Amino acid sequence: MEKQNLKAFLYLLPALIFLGLFLVYPLIDVFVYSFEEGYSSASQSFFGVGDYNYSYVLHDPYFTRALINTVVLVLVTVPVSTGLALMISCALVRIRKLRSLFQTLYFLPYVTNTLAVGMVFMVLFKTTPYSEGVVNMLIRLVGGTGVDFIDGPWWAKMFVLCFYTIWIVMPFKILILTSALASVNPVYYDVARVDGTSPGRIFRRVTLPLISPSVFYLVITGFIGAFKAYSDAVALFGTNLNAAGMNTLVGYVFDMLYRDGGGYPSYASAAAIILFAIVLTITVINLLVSRKHVHYS
Amino acid sequence: MEIVLDHLTKKFPGRGKNKQEVTAVNDFTFTIPDGKLAALLGPSGCGKSTTLNMICGLLKPTSGEIFFGDKNVTGLPPEQRGVGMVFQNYALYPHMSVEQNIRFPLENFRGKDKLSKEEMKNRVLEAARLVHIEELLDRKPSELSGGQQQRVAIARALVKLPKVLLLDEPLSNLDARLRLATREEIRRIQQETGITTVFVTHDQDEAMSISDLIVVMKEGVLQQVDSPQKVYDDPANQFVAQFLGTPPINMFSGEVRDGKLWINSEPVLNVAGDQNAVIGHVNVGIRPEGFILLENGALGNEMVRPEITGRDVSVIFRNKAAKSDVVRSIISADDWNHITGGEVRFDLKPSKVFLFDPATGSRIRVTLEPLTSTHLEAPAQPVPAKQEQAPSAPEPVPSRDKAPVFGRTLTTFTVLTEDGEAEAVLETDAVDTYIGTGEV
Repeated sequence: MEKQNLKAFLYLLPALIFLGLFLVYPLIDVFVYSFEEGYSSASQSFFGVGDYNYSYVLHDPYFTRALINTVVLVLVTVPVSTGLALMISCALVRIRKLRSLFQTLYFLPYVTNTLAVGMVFMVLFKTTPYSEGVVNMLIRLVGGTGVDFIDGPWWAKMFVLCFYTIWIVMPFKILILTSALASVNPVYYDVARVDGTSPGRIFRRVTLPLISPSVFYLVITGFIGAFKAYSDAVALFGTNLNAAGMNTLVGYVFDMLYRDGGGYPSYASAAAIILFAIVLTITVINLLVSRKHVHYS
Repeated sequence: MEIVLDHLTKKFPGRGKNKQEVTAVNDFTFTIPDGKLAALLGPSGCGKSTTLNMICGLLKPTSGEIFFGDKNVTGLPPEQRGVGMVFQNYALYPHMSVEQNIRFPLENFRGKDKLSKEEMKNRVLEAARLVHIEELLDRKPSELSGGQQQRVAIARALVKLPKVLLLDEPLSNLDARLRLATREEIRRIQQETGITTVFVTHDQDEAMSISDLIVVMKEGVLQQVDSPQKVYDDPANQFVAQFLGTPPINMFSGEVRDGKLWINSEPVLNVAGDQNAVIGHVNVGIRPEGFILLENGALGNEMVRPEITGRDVSVIFRNKAAKSDVVRSIISADDWNHITGGEVRFDLKPSKVFLFDPATGSRIRVTLEPLTSTHLEAPAQPVPAKQEQAPSAPEPVPSRDKAPVFGRTLTTFTVLTEDGEAEAVLETDAVDTYIGTGEV
């Protein structure tokens, strides 16, 4: 038995070394940095130890902005994208004709080049000297007044960011949910039908509980993914997110480290730890809620 | 509720290259009387489940009609037919407790049928009590054994008080011992509730043991609809004869000629009256209990081995005319003469012998009689060809005079009378009559 254990650890060693070196050690390091005041990576020195880094970050208006943006993004995109994906998956499972065509269409955003997606969103939303973007054209068509979605008010920019995020995460969710729905034994639907269950009730009482592990997985990864949002915002609003008022938590961390010469690893670490605490809290809440509503067979 | 199927047909569209329509159920017409337990019996792919699903309403028939009583339900969806269905794998909702599973159908009631929480609880308890699972109500299906899941599924089907209960292979997922117990359970529940019940099975034993009516089908074609005993004693064709009975019926090729049935060039039974119109080759089916061990019986065979089970003995033998390698006969242990090899001879019980058309398998209905009843006429009939073929087996006619009545043996019963115990000796067919306990 012991010999076997030794052997098993030996096999795991290469992976463990790399994980320890590039994942566990940096995590601990970040935690340490976040309490070292005024740490400079050039001189490898710091003034003292304390919670000043946290205090600074929490009082930084850019950080507050980033926090609000991120929370709004999470609260809007996770429920909406999961719900929409569920609806589309149910419809996809039900149709017979052209099913694979539709499945391919819905999966396209997942494999499309980000630059191409950016182009499409430019056409849709960006105001240029020549046009106001397709969406504004449509708004004017129905008699509304146009909005500058890229350089305009905060809510318009937030709308575009949410729209983009939902659109980009949906394919994966649809993929997971269609396979989950397809794996539900159709005999349950027969039973429910014989018992005269309405379609809505079948969905709520039978389908949803049976695919709840997949839904739960998507909600958890959705939350974590949305909290880590950054590149999407850069793609839409450029690299100076603070100026656009569209920064996110990860963006804030990045800015502290590298933008304008960077050089604030302590603040970056503190912000990263705060982000970690938030994600951890949300995940724990999710897990607690899931105990009651997720059914593993 | 009486169930009537009227020229019911179901065709499925073909798949693949040579798209040929598949007729799963072909022109079924039969009636299941009110309050009876009927078995749809047949090998895999014979259309049993399709028929059940059409009665249930999950499948629409291609043509034909289904009546529940006087009501034509052909066009009705399942929920409006008032049927309870138990699926093969039970299909209990895995995320609900037993109680929630049983209550689920009740929660669907709307309008004036809507039940209060209290009523639902009572109905659930009632159903649970009927199938003896009151103490399991809080469990999840995954925590139940196969037999318990089965009961829950039956309770869920019964809780809405259906007029018809349908069971799709209800016992196939259970082990052998549980299967025996559960089929008695199904019988009991059916008799207690009096609900017209249809169940699907490929196991003839199951169908024989608990049903009032057996519907035998093969490849979508109805073969016979009768009571279990009738189906066994009077099969409509060779398929039915071979499908029912354990051990299975023994098939021989034989010939009807000169007013006699010949097997392996030996006359075994008389064919009575002027029904000799069927002269020619026939397939002969003989039930295992249709053999009477006699030193000079009509049918000569090569003994292979005896199998002794205590109550009776299976004599395994070979016969050139048999369609299987070995033939199994069952005789009472009392009649067993302990031979283990060499030649073994049997007389046949006419009621256990059936003749079938070799080409179509359809039953040839003639009256068969033992040779002895007409033995005086037998020598008068010239059978020269036969004697040349089998000179070693001369007709043992004279010795038959002393033989007892065919198929009858004396059996001793211990009988409890009002005065006390007494012994009774009955003349009965020892193989066919198994009276365990009870009134005699």
